Amino acid sequence: MLRYHYASELRDLPRLRDAMFRDRADQFRRRLGWAVSVDENGLERDEYDDLNPLYVIWQRPDGLHGGSMRFLPTTGRTMVNEHFLDLMDGVPLHSPLIWECTRFCLAPGSDGRVAAALMLACGELMRGFSLAHMLGVFDARMVRIYRMIGASPEIIGSAGQGRDRISVGLWEYQGEARPGVLRKAGISSDLSELWFERSFGRPVQSRPATAVA
Amino acid sequence: MTAHRLDGFLARLEAAEGLEGLQGLIEALRDHYRVDHMVYHWVSTDGQQYGCGTYSRDWCIRYVVADYLRIDPVIIGCFQRFHPVDWKRLDWSSKAARTFRADAIEHGVGNQGFSIPVRGPNGQFALFSVSHTTDDASWAEFTGAHQRDLILLGHFFNQKGLELAGDRTPEPSKTLSPRETDALTFLAMGYGRAQVAEMLAISEHTLRAYIESARFKLGALNTTHAVARAVAEGQIVLGGASRAAKGDWPGLREADVAAE
Repeated sequence: MLRYHYASELRDLPRLRDAMFRDRADQFRRRLGWAVSVDENGLERDEYDDLNPLYVIWQRPDGLHGGSMRFLPTTGRTMVNEHFLDLMDGVPLHSPLIWECTRFCLAPGSDGRVAAALMLACGELMRGFSLAHMLGVFDARMVRIYRMIGASPEIIGSAGQGRDRISVGLWEYQGEARPGVLRKAGISSDLSELWFERSFGRPVQSRPATAVA
Repeated sequence: MTAHRLDGFLARLEAAEGLEGLQGLIEALRDHYRVDHMVYHWVSTDGQQYGCGTYSRDWCIRYVVADYLRIDPVIIGCFQRFHPVDWKRLDWSSKAARTFRADAIEHGVGNQGFSIPVRGPNGQFALFSVSHTTDDASWAEFTGAHQRDLILLGHFFNQKGLELAGDRTPEPSKTLSPRETDALTFLAMGYGRAQVAEMLAISEHTLRAYIESARFKLGALNTTHAVARAVAEGQIVLGGASRAAKGDWPGLREADVAAE
């Protein structure tokens, strides 16, 4: 299932949290060969994990991490604005209606359904919190995955070649893409809304007062 | 609220000098939204409180004297989040929090609240809150309808707060990037979004993100207002090659630059 947690809340979920940082080490260092730092316990963490970001995590039936992404508002410090400015005209994007989304990670064995579920969550965040865009950093493989899911970002800048290519891109909230992403994730709309409400204590969209029992 | 009315508030916000100016504005906004209270609250890392709002003087004094900053679940909860938060969702389980809540209601704060956490530059943190006395369903309807405007207002108050605080912390950059400048310039000249996107060799989708970022930097509610402000600040220069104008100074056409 999809869980939405701030870093401060992950203190209560050490097993899930460590599985996420371990899978990130596997993806970003071992498979992609990025210069990320991995600690003595095999966990990949960076300075942005210390800013109390929001994570979306796909939790597998065995309770472990199936995939995740990390979000920060672009009004504060972000990885894109601090490390990928060369891919963005040299001037940072700042808006309360644009969040940054980074460290899209799939655990070994996770398939396209998990990737689609994570993109679904990304859309629910935009819908639930009136966001206009998500600004992301991703590798070449993800470009193909996003296309497969039917949730391709608009790439605004890239560096590197082949599988080493890193891109910065934007997603805009598009309600019409949602049914397709739900189908690819194999999740019903009601269930996705239930997971959102369970995490945030409020519905994705407020219903008219008359419809509330 | 209509975009037109909010534009008026934002123009006043931009012109405000000192906290007194912000105070008059937040009172007018509170009246406009017909809620009991509206507050902008910046807590610095050294515990200094800074802001403006409509709470009674008695409640403000009580808050400081009772050192409620250490107890207030709104402050504690929102500091760890950045999405808009309904106060009901916060942790009121401790006895101190429940006592605080009873005291707040006693002082007219209201039984409902909604806060926009603001993360500014260098770890700066502020809150913009509205509170009211009503039932859960009406409150959900109100916050659902106004969430986007409240997010923007909260951040605009914070930008002004940072500016007024002077050298306490660096002011966020208001300089437009080359792409943002191009986008606003062509919009100001009367080109439609599709044409601007084509001229800049980007999609309309990406164009909207540039406009969104520029709009925020300029403290504007919508595109029309952003263009007007960019012109006023000299960040874009109009003239000459307007498609719509025939040797005249090009004016802004609402339809071409209106927010979607």
